Amino acid sequence: MSFAAVHAPVIDYKALSPLMATVGGSVVVMLAGLIRARVVQRALVPLLTAASLLACFGLLIWVWEPGRQEPIISGALTVDTLALGLSALFLVAGLVTILLSFRAEAVREAGAGEYYTLLLGSISGMLVLAAASNLITLFVGIELLSIPLYVLCATELRRETSLEAGLKYLVIGSVGSATLLYGLALVYGATGQTDFGAIASAIGSDNGIGITDPLLLTGVALAATGLAFKASVAPFHQWTPDVYQGAPTPITTFMAVATKAAAFAIFLRLFDHALVDSQLDWGPALAALATTTIVIGNVGAIPQRSLKRMLAWSSVAQAGYMLAGVVVGTRLGVQATCLYLAVYLLMNVAAFAVVVARERASEHGDDLASIENLGQAQPWLAWPMTIAMLSLAGFPATAGFIGKFYLIDASVSGDYTWLGIVIVVGSVVSLVYYLRVIAVMWMGRYEVELPTLPTLPRRHVKPVGGWSPEGDARAHPEVTLVAVLAATATILFGLWPNPLFDAARDIGTSLASLF
Amino acid sequence: VTIHLSIVLFLPLAAALVGALLLPAPAMRWLVLAATVGVLAYVVVMLADFDSGSGGLQYVTDDEWISELGIRYQLGVDGLNLFLLALTAIAWVPCTLWSVFREHERPKLYFFMLALAETAVLGAFMAQDLALFVVFFDLMLVPFYFLIGGWGTGDRVRATTKFVIYTLAGSLLMLAAAVALGVLSTPEGGQISFSIAELTRRSTGTGTQEWIVLLFALAFFVKAPLFPLHGWIPETYRSTPLPVLALLSGVLSKVGVYGFLRIVLPTMPEGAQHWQELFIVVAVFSILYGSVLAFSQDNVRLVVAYSSIAQLGFITLGIFSFDDKGAQGAVIQMVNHGLVVVPLFLIIGVIAVRAKGSESLRELGGMAFRAPVLAALFLIVTLATLAMPGSPNFVGEILILFGTLEDKLVYGLVASAGVALAAVYMIRVYQRTMHNRVGPAVESRDLDRLDFVTIAPLVGVIVALGVYPQFVLHRSEDAVKDKVQVATRQSPGS
Repeated sequence: MSFAAVHAPVIDYKALSPLMATVGGSVVVMLAGLIRARVVQRALVPLLTAASLLACFGLLIWVWEPGRQEPIISGALTVDTLALGLSALFLVAGLVTILLSFRAEAVREAGAGEYYTLLLGSISGMLVLAAASNLITLFVGIELLSIPLYVLCATELRRETSLEAGLKYLVIGSVGSATLLYGLALVYGATGQTDFGAIASAIGSDNGIGITDPLLLTGVALAATGLAFKASVAPFHQWTPDVYQGAPTPITTFMAVATKAAAFAIFLRLFDHALVDSQLDWGPALAALATTTIVIGNVGAIPQRSLKRMLAWSSVAQAGYMLAGVVVGTRLGVQATCLYLAVYLLMNVAAFAVVVARERASEHGDDLASIENLGQAQPWLAWPMTIAMLSLAGFPATAGFIGKFYLIDASVSGDYTWLGIVIVVGSVVSLVYYLRVIAVMWMGRYEVELPTLPTLPRRHVKPVGGWSPEGDARAHPEVTLVAVLAATATILFGLWPNPLFDAARDIGTSLASLF
Repeated sequence: VTIHLSIVLFLPLAAALVGALLLPAPAMRWLVLAATVGVLAYVVVMLADFDSGSGGLQYVTDDEWISELGIRYQLGVDGLNLFLLALTAIAWVPCTLWSVFREHERPKLYFFMLALAETAVLGAFMAQDLALFVVFFDLMLVPFYFLIGGWGTGDRVRATTKFVIYTLAGSLLMLAAAVALGVLSTPEGGQISFSIAELTRRSTGTGTQEWIVLLFALAFFVKAPLFPLHGWIPETYRSTPLPVLALLSGVLSKVGVYGFLRIVLPTMPEGAQHWQELFIVVAVFSILYGSVLAFSQDNVRLVVAYSSIAQLGFITLGIFSFDDKGAQGAVIQMVNHGLVVVPLFLIIGVIAVRAKGSESLRELGGMAFRAPVLAALFLIVTLATLAMPGSPNFVGEILILFGTLEDKLVYGLVASAGVALAAVYMIRVYQRTMHNRVGPAVESRDLDRLDFVTIAPLVGVIVALGVYPQFVLHRSEDAVKDKVQVATRQSPGS
């Protein structure tokens, strides 16, 4: 007997190296976390995590090569510019999370080693997901990203809502994953292929199957539903406010910016690569989904008092805007979505960092009351929040304006002018809650009409650290730094967005089938 | 290609940034004031240096900004915006001066926003790229949002939120329309461009133009505001601090109607023709509605507010008469209205101080007796507002009416009723404040030196323009004719 037919796949270690940096990093961090010395727990573990992410970032730049499309490891992964560009976003989000978690309660309660290992694990999942070029790696990636997050949501062990968030995310995330898996199975059943490229040619060829094939159609619909859960696209968004509010805020930040980017990575690959030839068929359905999401997200955010819940609803609305770039199925659309993901990261990081800072210093938690008169008390926090809100609302001279401009450009060019107008109308509605945040900070204590307080936030006595009016009533410098940096970048990219456009153009080269 | 316009444009913002970061608050406000004076000086030099013989753009700045989106940093001055820039520069000096000598909470933020507002408004007037225009048009809202919400009176947060949502609803729709115009006018295989000159050369289908024009008009009508879209007016005018209100009503309201001449007429002539009748009806309605409401208001600010609706109705009427004279009248009237509204609001501020803060006509009166200088200045402004012959406003309104009567006789006749109504409501305000019995809370005294220095030069400019309106007409003639001819060139009737 001979095993000559079985060849070990040729592995391009260079292209794989960014992923190896984070996976290896997570092992090192886990081992380091076993040492109980205070300096290791407080300083070394976060530093090692950051080092692993920075190494990954460096390798990513080394691997960056516009136009490369050939998959590695027998077609499992495609390390193209789309994957690398979005990976850069995950890494930035990871670094931000490390800074925000530096003095977070969650780390102390869950243990630094475990916390950061899970974070690196989740980032590795995202790297896999962004590069996935067949259905199997897609699913592996999405699970690798999700499972650590379920745990991370529940790391504030002594807070009921944190545990609730973890459980809720686990249950709903699993339903989403199951739906996705079912959908992927049906797609495989219909086309007989797991590879995106092969699926595309199976659908595209004349004697192949059309999108109207019931098996394929069901599969695509179920897969889209599963992804919509992950990206919190309405009507599959219900978990978002609860989980965002309950999870430790650094983790919320990570979920809001990185998970969303990962989910959109796969939206782009699945729809704008594998299924792009039938764009005329799924386009209207996805456009309807985008419209629903924009409406529901913006309306849902209006009555919120909790900043985290408000940002959660706003992230639903923003997902709707970004979906417009997927809908049109053009290269311009892909670029617009990727650019908006980067912009979205900056402005949300600025906002969430301020929430982290205020949560630690104020007795009001993440309630709107916690930022009252912040303009006078702490301008270094108030300005980043103001800039973030203006940018999310799409005011000019901020990156949010450029992002929206590009998305509308893509919508109009892709014959979806009405979707561009929906984006605009959604932005108008969003002013109600974004401007309220600014008004609370700058325009006096009792002037702003706020939604009524549902139930007074109960604060449990926390034996481990937590809020104490004497010791902790100031923003930590690293949190302020994150907020200021993100806000500065929001303004700078609003005035000079060309670097973002260059990156977006490189990313656009990765999907060859698009025009 | 020169850098002059960029210097003018960013001078206020740069001064405010430097002041806010490096100087203590008292020094910073002087620096901001100096910057506004600097802008004025620059604009005066520009007025003298302006070559009225050439119809094209002067002092052009043209650089790449966002090449991927086809957006250029393109600034220029021609007869159309020269005097609006002058108006902006003139208006900002007294309003800043007024603020410098009054105490504010958080003065640094206040003066920063005031300066940012000037840069944004100047930018909107200078921009020769549609996307750049949209950027500045929306950017204007940020400083005004803060100024009204932070230093206003009464229910100021509600007022400022309503103001921003109303106007941004319009301008975001305009953003979508602008992008659509850029994309849809791009020829097959061509590079997308938002340059207004380029958009004028390219063309889009008539059907496309129609809905794009409608979205633009929505933004401009809200900003002006005109009749059905003026819902933000009462609350905003009641709450806005007076020097800011003077700028809001005197200068900001012109950006929208200016947009019709700069953008809509040249780039979408067929769309503009399609809606001509509708826009004229809106304008005439605004004239009547504004005049009637101005007559029935008790709060002095609101009299001026509704009179502004009527005045902007006149301006819009002039533009959409599609006639050289009408459009010229509109341009000169934009400047005139700004010039009379700014001193009007400052005078209201002076009056309110003498009436223990009251701005209600019922409680005012009898001020002229002990305040002859105030009364004289107010009288000149009042007469200019009601377009007395000899005032620049008379020239503007007559030109608009001539332009309209030629082609649209009925509308012209109805609109002339507005001229008569203006006399009624303005004289009513003057009598109720300056004459009649002395109001219960009124303690009359004349202008102090500071207020005189703030207000008198503006009145001087009004008188000067009334004596010599050719100064404006001569310089704006070519540019205005050019815009109108583009719009009427392809009309089936002519």
